[in-house]
Amino acid sequence: MISIKNLHVYYGLIEAVKGIDFEVKEGEIVSLIGSNGAGKSSTLKALLNSVKKSGEINFLGYDTRNHKTHTLVQHGLSLVPEGRKIFINLTIEENLRMGAFNNDENYEHLKEVMYGLFPRIKDKRHQMAGTLSGGEQQMLAISRALMGEPKLLMLDEPSLGLAPKIVGEVFETIMRLREEGITILLVEQNAFAALKISDKAYVLENGKIVMSGIASDMIGDDTIRKKYLGG
Amino acid sequence: MDVTIFMQQMINGFSLGSMYALIAIGYTMVYGVLRLINFAHGDIMMVGGFLGYFGIAVLGLPFAAAVLLAVVGSALLGMASDRIAYRPLRSAPKISLLITAIGISFFLENSFNVFFGGVPRAFPVPPYMEKMVEVSGLMMPVSAILVPVVTVILLVIILWVLFKTKYGMAIRALAFDVDTVNLMGIDANRIITLVFGMGSALAAVGGIFWAVNYPSVEPMMGVLVGLKAFAAAVVGGIGSVGGAVIGGLIIGFTEVVVVAFFPELGGYKDAFAFVFLILILLFKPTGILGLDFEKSRF
Repeated sequence: MISIKNLHVYYGLIEAVKGIDFEVKEGEIVSLIGSNGAGKSSTLKALLNSVKKSGEINFLGYDTRNHKTHTLVQHGLSLVPEGRKIFINLTIEENLRMGAFNNDENYEHLKEVMYGLFPRIKDKRHQMAGTLSGGEQQMLAISRALMGEPKLLMLDEPSLGLAPKIVGEVFETIMRLREEGITILLVEQNAFAALKISDKAYVLENGKIVMSGIASDMIGDDTIRKKYLGG
Repeated sequence: MDVTIFMQQMINGFSLGSMYALIAIGYTMVYGVLRLINFAHGDIMMVGGFLGYFGIAVLGLPFAAAVLLAVVGSALLGMASDRIAYRPLRSAPKISLLITAIGISFFLENSFNVFFGGVPRAFPVPPYMEKMVEVSGLMMPVSAILVPVVTVILLVIILWVLFKTKYGMAIRALAFDVDTVNLMGIDANRIITLVFGMGSALAAVGGIFWAVNYPSVEPMMGVLVGLKAFAAAVVGGIGSVGGAVIGGLIIGFTEVVVVAFFPELGGYKDAFAFVFLILILLFKPTGILGLDFEKSRF
């Protein structure tokens, strides 16, 4: 689905990601875990060419080097950004319409699918999106991304700022999406929750991958437990 | 006060206010998406007036065709200004954009001055627009009715585009967050260019109405009107299309009413727009319809 070789990300003189390799295969959930500032979000932004970067990215067999963010999204590489970034000055339904901007023919159908997945946003579909709770906003942000029928869905800290019960719902949703055949690249500080639902995981530290492997093995790993899972 | 005269002045005020509103919408929409006060906007209106003049006087087009020429020409000019001058500055500080806008303004004014001279040219108003008609006892020229009617129609179209089409939704979304619009697979730059096109098309209509009213065109005609329309946009709440219309009407009405009922203040009529501007900035800086400065647009 996507493979990344020797990726570097720069913010001016600062190098946020220092040469990482990883890969996501079709149908997988892959997690990038690590603490704040490890370079996880920068990596996702780099995959969409919205930050200065170097390295090779191959998405569905194509070199993404010369594409702008919006064309990559049109080709099926979609990001649910950190902090959700729903359009609070648009209604819920209008937010979904924006997700389907280039998908006119399937808009009506997909909208009903999303309302089926998340009945809570259906009830409020004509309200301004800013009136939704944090959890509902996350559901809306995910549905909005799905409206474009992405091949690879990237989620940046979907659990951030949500109550534990809601975090559980969000992760259940992600698992359900995988069952629907969507490939997922997940970035999380909540390492335990991420590892539980992932197939593979990569641990980032100071812009480098320090560990990688099968997610279920990593939950049992002592180093991981100490560092990221709180004992 | 004679009721007939009063009504007549009301209609004049509505007509003038509509023209300010048409131009103010362009200021407010561009501000909404780029946080830029497009100081070249008044000059786009001037170009619209000139294109209408050329269409009728030089090409011999019928009035409606000349309007179409002006609208299309100005829209293209507005879009070109974005593509050439503003787009390369998307990530530059806002002050660079502002200075660029002033540069485009000077460029348009002075190049028209060089090529067409600063002497006002009589605008060939079609005779049917000057014909006086009687509407329930009031005598007025057809143009005084046409201006507000066309403004209302255009306003309905603009609001329909903004609130009912996906492009309008993208414009509103853009006012909130440019990066996230790109994440929707939308080319935000193209939407911004579209906003320039829409605003400039409206300004061209305003410019032609202006030229019909006075009836002349000259290269500096957009300066004062542009500043007043800008004041109207701020008074109504910059970023809000409805606010631009309200601001335009308030300023238009005030000018007409003051001159009509207090002729001794006539010499100060151009000052009222700026008095409103100062008052609103002192007491309600977000304008009449502007709510939260960072959150609510359109």
